[in-house]
Amino acid sequence: MNLLTLSEVVGVSGREGNFTVTVKQHPRYIDMDKCIACGLCAEKCPKKVEDEFNMGLNKRKAVYIKYGQSVPLKYAIDPAHCIYLTRGKCRACEKFCPTGAINFDDKEKIVTLQVGAVILAPGYKPFDPSPYDFYGYKKIGDVVTSLEYERLLSASGPCMGHLKRPSDNREPRRIAWIQCVGSRSTNRCTNAYCSSVCCMYAIKQALVTAEHLTGDGLQQSIFYMDIRSPGKEFERFYEDARAKGVNFVRARPHSIDPGPDGHGVRLRYTTEAGETLVEDFDMTVLSVGLEAPADARQIADTFGITLDEFGFARTEAFAPVSSTRPGVFVTGAFQGPKAIPRSVAEASTAAAEAAHLLIDARGTLTHEKTYPAERDVSGEAARIGVFVCSCGINIAGVVDVKAVAAYAATLPNVVFVDNNLFTCSADTQVLIAKKIAEHGLNRIVVAACTPRTHEPLFQETLKETGLNAYLIEMANIRNQNAWVHQKMPERATEKAKDQVRMAVAKASRMAPLDRLRVAVNQKALVIGGGVAGMTAALTLADQKIPVVLLESSGRLGGNAWRLTDTDTGVPIRPMLEDLIGQVEGHPEIRVMKNARLKTAVGSVGNFVSQIEVDGQTLAVTYGAAVVAVGAREAVPEEYSYGESDRVMTHLEFDAFADGHGVEIKQASSVVFIQCVGSREPKRPYCSRVCCTHTMKSAIRLKTLNPDVQIYVLYRDIRTYGKREVLYQKARELGVIFIRYEVESKPSVRPEASGLTVSVFDPILQRPLELSADYLVLAAAVEPNDDRQLVELYKCGQNEDGFLNEAHPKLRPVDMSVDGLFVAGLCNYPKPVDESIAQAKAAAARAAVLLARHEMHLDAIKSFVTADCDGCALCVDVCPYRAISLEEFQDADGHPRKRIKTDPALCKGCGLCMATCPKGGVLVHGFTLEQIGAQVEAALKVPKVS
Amino acid sequence: MADNFEPAIIGFLCNWCAYAGGDLAGVSRLQYPPNMRAVRVMCSGMVHPDLVVGALRKGADGVIVMG
Repeated sequence: MNLLTLSEVVGVSGREGNFTVTVKQHPRYIDMDKCIACGLCAEKCPKKVEDEFNMGLNKRKAVYIKYGQSVPLKYAIDPAHCIYLTRGKCRACEKFCPTGAINFDDKEKIVTLQVGAVILAPGYKPFDPSPYDFYGYKKIGDVVTSLEYERLLSASGPCMGHLKRPSDNREPRRIAWIQCVGSRSTNRCTNAYCSSVCCMYAIKQALVTAEHLTGDGLQQSIFYMDIRSPGKEFERFYEDARAKGVNFVRARPHSIDPGPDGHGVRLRYTTEAGETLVEDFDMTVLSVGLEAPADARQIADTFGITLDEFGFARTEAFAPVSSTRPGVFVTGAFQGPKAIPRSVAEASTAAAEAAHLLIDARGTLTHEKTYPAERDVSGEAARIGVFVCSCGINIAGVVDVKAVAAYAATLPNVVFVDNNLFTCSADTQVLIAKKIAEHGLNRIVVAACTPRTHEPLFQETLKETGLNAYLIEMANIRNQNAWVHQKMPERATEKAKDQVRMAVAKASRMAPLDRLRVAVNQKALVIGGGVAGMTAALTLADQKIPVVLLESSGRLGGNAWRLTDTDTGVPIRPMLEDLIGQVEGHPEIRVMKNARLKTAVGSVGNFVSQIEVDGQTLAVTYGAAVVAVGAREAVPEEYSYGESDRVMTHLEFDAFADGHGVEIKQASSVVFIQCVGSREPKRPYCSRVCCTHTMKSAIRLKTLNPDVQIYVLYRDIRTYGKREVLYQKARELGVIFIRYEVESKPSVRPEASGLTVSVFDPILQRPLELSADYLVLAAAVEPNDDRQLVELYKCGQNEDGFLNEAHPKLRPVDMSVDGLFVAGLCNYPKPVDESIAQAKAAAARAAVLLARHEMHLDAIKSFVTADCDGCALCVDVCPYRAISLEEFQDADGHPRKRIKTDPALCKGCGLCMATCPKGGVLVHGFTLEQIGAQVEAALKVPKVS
Repeated sequence: MADNFEPAIIGFLCNWCAYAGGDLAGVSRLQYPPNMRAVRVMCSGMVHPDLVVGALRKGADGVIVMG
C-alpha cells in the first residue's frame, strides 16, 4: 500500500479500468524515512499556531503532527506559518532534529498514477453556525459546537479530559445540547436532510459528561425535535441515558442569550404544551450537522461525477457506492451523512466494486517475499544479543543507556551487547544481522520503544538472517520509561536495567514458533436467498469464487417481493427479477432451494456442512460463509389487528393498495400508527424502516387523492439522512402528525362503517377521535428464529435475536467466528440500499480470505501439555469455543481424556491457561514459565556473574 | 509506613488496551512514579492466580492487572 500524504488530485483522464490520475504532492519539508516522531522539532519550534484538530481551542507548533494517532506518524512543517518559510530565518527544528530529517529544500511534486478504479472518501464538513447570530456562537463564550465539546471532553484534548468551560475555565455543572443545528432546516440554511449522527453523539456526550463530573447540581439537558436512534443497540443507549437522568426536552430554544453574570447561557423555549420557560446553563453545546466537504464541487469537477441537491455524491439505491462516472466509487459521509459503522462497512462495499472491476488484473502487481531457510536453534544454549537504543536523545536524554548496556553484558546468557543511536534504522538492521552471524546469536533483546509498533520490524530482520521471528523480546524503555520519568534519570536508568533483565529472562526461555499454514478451500457458502444473500453470492461469483446459495423457501427474493419501491422511489420489482436472473444464470453459483443447513463443522478456510434439500442430504465444503437469513414483519398484537379487515400492516396495505386502486382512491381518511411492536419492552429497538415506509405510503395516498385525510400517530419521526425529504414532503401535502406517548397509546374501535381511532393530542392538550377507512400499522421488523444457526456456528446474536457483527465500528460485517460474515436484515432492520451495500461489503471481506490458496495463522496460540488430565474446566471458559475434549489411550492402553485446541479458532487470549489448575494448557510465547521468569527477574536482582 | 517507602509493583498489562495505554501515556509525556514493572500479556484473562500469588510471595508490594 502506497500512502501519498499532503496530496491532492489535480486531474483525472481515461475511463474505468484505465485512469490516469495526476496528483500534486505538497512538500512536507521532513524526510519521512528519517523522522522518528520524537517531537523535538515541535518542542523547539518557536511558532505557535491554532490547533485545528482541537478546533482552535489550543495551540500547536508550525512543525507538528495533526494528532497522536497519525498514520504515518511523521511530523510535517506547515509552510503557511513556519518562520523560516515565511520570513527566511529560524531553522531551529533543523538544528535540534537528531536524525537530520528536516529538509527545507523539499519541493512540490507531481505524481502520475495509472489505476483501474478510483474510490473517493473525502469525508464531510461540520456545519458552521457562526453566520447565524441566533445561535450565539462566537458571541457567547460558553456556546460551543459539539466537535469543540468533543475535544474538551477528550483525554487527548486541550484540557486533558478535565472539562472546563471556555469563559472562565470553571467546570460546568449544567450543560444543554441543542439538536438539529444545521440539519432538518430549509428556513435558516439549506440542509433539509437529517445528519443522522447528532442524536447519538449528543447522548454519548451527555453520558460521558456525567461520568466526568461528580458532585451535586449536575444536569445534562438535550433539546430535541425527534430523538433518532434507529441503529443497532442505539435505542438501548437512549433508554439507558434516560434511566441515568439525562434530561430530554422536546423543544427548540428560540432565544440563546448570555447568562446573567456574563458567563453561561440563558435559554428560552416553549414546551409542547405551550408553556414558555427560561433556564440557565453553564454551557451550551450546538449539535452541528454534517455537510458535504467544502471542496465537494471541485472534487466533482475533477473526477467528473455528479452531486445531489445537497452537495453529496450522487449514487443509486441498487449501486449504493457507485458514482455517476463508471469506475469511480464513493464511500463514507461524502455519499450522505452517516455514522462510523455504515461508513466502514461501505468502505468494503467500495472495495468490492473496485475488485470486481479489476478482477482480470488481480494479483498481477503483487509479489511474495522470500526468506532464507530457518536455522534450527532447538539444541543450542541461549546466546542472547542485547541492542540498547538511544533513540536520538529520546531515551538517552533520560536513561543512561551506556550503563544499561554495560549492565546487560553481565546478565546470564548474554553474549553480545551494543548501544545504537537508532536501533530501528536500516543500517542497524544490517548491523544486527551481522552480529547474529558473527556471534552465533539465537535470541535477540531490543531495549527501545514499544513492541506494538516496532516488533514486526525486528522480526523481519530475524527472518532475513534465518532466525525464527519469535526469538525476539523487546524492553520498552522509551514509551514506558524515558518518556514518563523525564525528571528522574537515575530511577529511570534502574528501571531500564530491570526491564532489560526481565526481557533477557524471558528471551532465555523462548522457543521458535510456527505460524500454522492452512489451505483455504476457495469456495463460499451464502445462507439466505433474499436481496442481501443474492447480492453477496453474485459479488463473490463475479470474483470467480464458486458459491453455493441456500434458500429455505421455494423461490429466491425473500422480503423484497413485498416491497414496492426504494426510499428514493425506484421500483424494486425489476431490480429483483434482474438479480434473480443473474444469480440463477451465473456459472459459479449453485442455487439450492428448499434447503436447510443441518450441520457445520470446521473453521475458517475449511468448513463442511450437511445440507438437506428436498429430503436429501448432501455435503458442502467451503472456506467462508455469508449469513443473510433475513427477518420478517412482526404480527401486531394490538390496535384491533386481526379483528377488522381495515387494520393492516405496512406490507399488507401495500399489497392491498396494489389490487384495490379504486377503494384506496375513494378512502376519505387513513390513519398510520408508528412503533407497533417496536421500542417497547418486548422489542426494545427501533425497526429503522417504518417511519420512511409511512412517509412513502402517505405521499402515495395524497398523490392519488389530495383530499384524503391522513393522520400519522408517532413517537419520534426517524426519517434519517436524506429520507427527511420525504417527511417534509408529507407535511407539505397536508399529512397530519400527532405524537403519542408509549404510556398512553392510541386506541381503536372497529365499527361497521369504519374505524375510530382515539389519541391524546399533546399540542391541543385534548383527546381526539379520528375516523378512518383504513388503519395502517407500522409493524416491527423481527428476526427469524436463528437459534439453530447460532448453535451450529457458535456465533453471536444480541438480546433481540439479531446476529452480531464482531465489532460495530471496526469489523461491521465480520462475525465473531472467523470466516463468517453477515449481511441484511438478520443483522438489524435496514432498507434495501443498505442491505445491498452490506452484502457487497460482506462478500468483499469473504473474498479477501478466499482469494488466497492458503493462510497463515498467528503463532500465539494455546497448546496442550502432558499435564492435562481432561478435567475440561477450560472448555466452557474459552470465548472462541476453540477447546474440545477428546479420548485417547495412554501408554498402558487405558482410556484417558484430554483437551484438544483448534488453532484456527484460538485467539491466544489464554483464559484457558489462567483457568487450568495443573498447567495443562499454555499459550505459545506467553507460557507460565516465561511470564513467571519475567516476574521473578523484576523482583530479584541476580548476582552479577 | 515510612515516608520514603517505594513499593515494587508488578503490572500485568493487556497488549490491546492497558499496554497500548501505557505507550500512549509515553507519547503524551504523562509523568508517573517509576515503581511498576510491566509484564505484557495477550489478555488480562491469561494471568493465572499463581502468577499473582507468586509475585507477592517473591516480594512484590502490589500487583496490578490491567485490561
